[in-house]
Amino acid sequence: MLNEKKNKTNLYIALGLLVILYVFLILLDNVLPQNNFVLMLVPVLKKSAIYSVVCVSMNLLNGFTGLFSLGQAGFMMLGGYAYAIFSIPHEQHAAVYQYFDGGAIQFSIPEALQNVLGDFGGAFVGSIICIIIGGLVAAGVAALIGIPVLRLKSDYLAIATLGFAEILRAVFQWDGLGRVTNGSNLLRKYTSFSAMKIGNFKIGTLFPFLIATICVIIIVLLINSSYGRAFKAIRDDEIAAEAMGINLFKHKMLAFVISSFFSGVGGALLAMYQTTIQAAPFKSAMTYEILLIVVIGGIGSISGSCIAAFLYIACNEWWLRFLDSGQFFGLSVPFFRDGFRKVVFSIVIMVIVLFFSRGIMGDKELSFTGLINKIKARKEKKGEVA
Amino acid sequence: MSNFFEANLPYILAGISVGGQYALIAIGYTMVYGILRLINFAHGDVFMVAGLVMVYTTASMPMFISIPLVIIATVALGFAIERVAYKPLRSAPRMSVMISAIGVSYLLQNCALYFTGGLPQIYPAIPFLSKSITIAGATTKMVTIITPFLTIALVIALVLFINKTKVGMAMRAVSKDFETSQLMGIKINSVISTTFIIGCFLAAIGSLLYFSNYTSVVPTSGGMPGLKAFVAAVFGGIGSIPGAVIGAFIIGICENIIKGLGYTTFSDAFTFVLLIVILLVKPTGIFGEKATDKV
Amino acid sequence: MKKVLAVVLALAMIFSFAACGEEKASAENVVKIGVYEPQSGDNGAGGKQEILGMQYANSVKPTVTVGGTEYKVELVYADNESSNDKAVSAATQLIGAGCSVVLGSYGSGVSIAASDTFGEAGIPAIGVTCTNPQVTEGNDHYFRICFLDPFQGTVHANLAKEKFGAKTAYCLGQLGNDYDQGLINYFSEAAKALGLTVIPESFPEGNSDFTSYLTNAKNAGADVIFAPCSTSYAQLIIEQAAAQGINTPLLASDTWDSNVILAAANGKDLDIEVSTFYQEGANAEFEASFKEWINADSTNLANNGGNDTLAAVSVMGYDAYFVALAAMENAGSVEAADILAALPTTTFTGITGAIQFDAIGDAVRDSAVIKKANTTTESWEFVATQTVK
Repeated sequence: MLNEKKNKTNLYIALGLLVILYVFLILLDNVLPQNNFVLMLVPVLKKSAIYSVVCVSMNLLNGFTGLFSLGQAGFMMLGGYAYAIFSIPHEQHAAVYQYFDGGAIQFSIPEALQNVLGDFGGAFVGSIICIIIGGLVAAGVAALIGIPVLRLKSDYLAIATLGFAEILRAVFQWDGLGRVTNGSNLLRKYTSFSAMKIGNFKIGTLFPFLIATICVIIIVLLINSSYGRAFKAIRDDEIAAEAMGINLFKHKMLAFVISSFFSGVGGALLAMYQTTIQAAPFKSAMTYEILLIVVIGGIGSISGSCIAAFLYIACNEWWLRFLDSGQFFGLSVPFFRDGFRKVVFSIVIMVIVLFFSRGIMGDKELSFTGLINKIKARKEKKGEVA
Repeated sequence: MSNFFEANLPYILAGISVGGQYALIAIGYTMVYGILRLINFAHGDVFMVAGLVMVYTTASMPMFISIPLVIIATVALGFAIERVAYKPLRSAPRMSVMISAIGVSYLLQNCALYFTGGLPQIYPAIPFLSKSITIAGATTKMVTIITPFLTIALVIALVLFINKTKVGMAMRAVSKDFETSQLMGIKINSVISTTFIIGCFLAAIGSLLYFSNYTSVVPTSGGMPGLKAFVAAVFGGIGSIPGAVIGAFIIGICENIIKGLGYTTFSDAFTFVLLIVILLVKPTGIFGEKATDKV
Repeated sequence: MKKVLAVVLALAMIFSFAACGEEKASAENVVKIGVYEPQSGDNGAGGKQEILGMQYANSVKPTVTVGGTEYKVELVYADNESSNDKAVSAATQLIGAGCSVVLGSYGSGVSIAASDTFGEAGIPAIGVTCTNPQVTEGNDHYFRICFLDPFQGTVHANLAKEKFGAKTAYCLGQLGNDYDQGLINYFSEAAKALGLTVIPESFPEGNSDFTSYLTNAKNAGADVIFAPCSTSYAQLIIEQAAAQGINTPLLASDTWDSNVILAAANGKDLDIEVSTFYQEGANAEFEASFKEWINADSTNLANNGGNDTLAAVSVMGYDAYFVALAAMENAGSVEAADILAALPTTTFTGITGAIQFDAIGDAVRDSAVIKKANTTTESWEFVATQTVK
């Protein structure tokens, strides 16, 4: 009874904070002055929302099901490409597919819907449909790959999924598929976040957060369902789980496909964010980056992954940029030159991996009532001392 | 016929040469995996650092000092990585160690990026190795010819070392059963360190040969050769040294034939296709011992 | 909990440092020019050379007088890491710093990737050496001062046909690199029109083994090899071509016009010809002082590849800086919007010739300099000036 009440309070606080966040994002886009701070905050927020989806999806696989997969970048690429291919406006095909006679797919879902639903409606609904297509393509390929690969265990699974991601990347760069994928060249001119506006009212920053929230909520619900408990049972002891009557292959496959679906969604959002997409950056280094974020956040913690995604992106692309500039408080520091940021960054990551291997959250979740209780407890303690 | 031979010899030569260099890296992977059950993702980057050290040392000292210095520095690096990044995690889950390995790889690449400033570094020409020679109408560098022989000589020496010496016996024991060998009084830490030292020594030699052939070092130089060498190790049966060497030669030659056939886009992907096929068909590799915990 | 608190505090500290670092109050009038260039990654070397030109130009003329007020020109740098996924945040960094105009980038892919970001902020960008048509096509905020790929591709096709009497051309470019693939595409079109057989092949990023590609070229009976790739790969191609004794002429684009190539080709029996914007020796006075400036600082020297041979991209970077200043003077304002409006009518006569923009935003250029690497003296030799009607 008490527990239920606690959960409800938690839920209300979370919902309240979410609403505040959304309002803040809308203000950010429309009202707040576009100064240096806001300008940098916006892309960082967008990218971290996107990375949250990807990291949570990786956490579902690595943290909750115990399948060590390194194929994330490949599935993101699938999602991103599927999104881009179906949302390039018709009149841009000739320019985008300039080396491949305007490409094979000659329609655009957002554009078709824009004729019916108006500019915003079409872009909004159309891009959501395309994002879902992106996720489905990734999930479909994952289902195919999963059949052979999920028979493997731990590091063999890791290296096999890594290999598949590299193979996918090569296939997408192949000229033979050029009429669909544009070979190894950029895809561009598709619907991006900047199309998300009603008149002058922009929701470009809100949009990735909306999608990210939905994805994370679905994953949380999944983890708390009977399937989620089965996943955790597989993680903790495969043999015991099998003895309890859990169909190992079915559940592993389910986790793999669902995780890939959300990676695909993340990839599609990343494509929207970047405004151009190309297979080349989706290499194993990208998967490593995501894995490191998951580790920083805590393997097995959804809220940890989200927090870590924000911290990682913000540090990497914003807060620590000054380490590269050769300047510190106006003083010139000679060893602060290109790349120093990354050195500092990787040292911090090594320290976390070695000494704080539980990451920010461990396998706990962020709980507001818990937080309040802790603060209360601390205050009381202080009171006692005084 | 002779025409066909002349046209295709360069592919085979390049394949054998690069295969030999992969083999020297692959041994490091296979030995570490054999003992720690760890894919040492940082091994390819150690190989890259060896290349960079060579670039920087030859700038200030003569070749006959810098080559031994490169080997010593690489070995020291490998030893330090094991002590700092892997040893504290010995009782942690295997996934944590692997993540630590990925972290080290990230660190090494970023340090290299910092020191080189992102510019490719030209590898110095080692007088004897970089000479051009002509065999059967195909011109190539001396290093291409020397690599397979040197590789095979080193592998024979290594196999003898493992089979005939006490340390070698300890290594075999540890790779058979980690806990039991510990109980038998084998100093597990020194055995593991020896493994890393041997692996890095060979990686340093490999880097001398590899970069003499492909004379530019960038921070990501180690990534692909590292992954390919690992695939070679899996292909040959992880834990088996001759297996890794044969796997490396097969991968090196196939890769060049694929390029020769015009499927250049797939030259890297092919390695991974090979990996997945072998994992599905014969997960223990060609020479791998039967183990129960792999699949 | 304490740990979390410590982490949060540490981050807050860093954050406040960063905020402090950025907001430097200054009494004097400053106009900021964004330098959007790769300083690491595959194109790091080229990007740094391009920046050198801008820095030198900045040292020559550190102020600009617009509408009677003297402004100090400050260069703001953002490294796009030669990577499209870092393009948006690097571009935003420049916008956030309050740049009035942006110069760059070396490499067309990153320029295309950042284009929309600049466009939305209403900041004009001046491409220095990004030659892919897609950079300026379909937008009105991206300009460029160099020639384009279709032109450069045609120049090389003509060169292959006329000078080398080629029947078969082998093309080698990096997969996923818009610059390489674009040039190869236009070269192929032009070469096929001239009756040549073209064999295009691509290598994956990070590749270092080119022996098989070169053997492919040899076996295909190629009379010329067209390899418009970045200098990191060019070094390897030169080295391995020489080692294999393949002396088929190597044709390459403006990226190869770099002392890195000369150093790699030194003492080798190779015929390397590149098309470029500028021939060293054309303006002795300018070069002497530029070289003096490079030699005066060890960092600059290192960024230029260790010696003082001028790369065409550096000269282009120099010109780009002055085009930006000319646009400000022309606009009579240092506001981004005014500069954007003034750029189409801005003209400037730089070291690389007269620069003016056409309706798309491209510089009107109809000639390229062809030069050949002298492998004994480590310098470039002038071959011809090629024009295409």
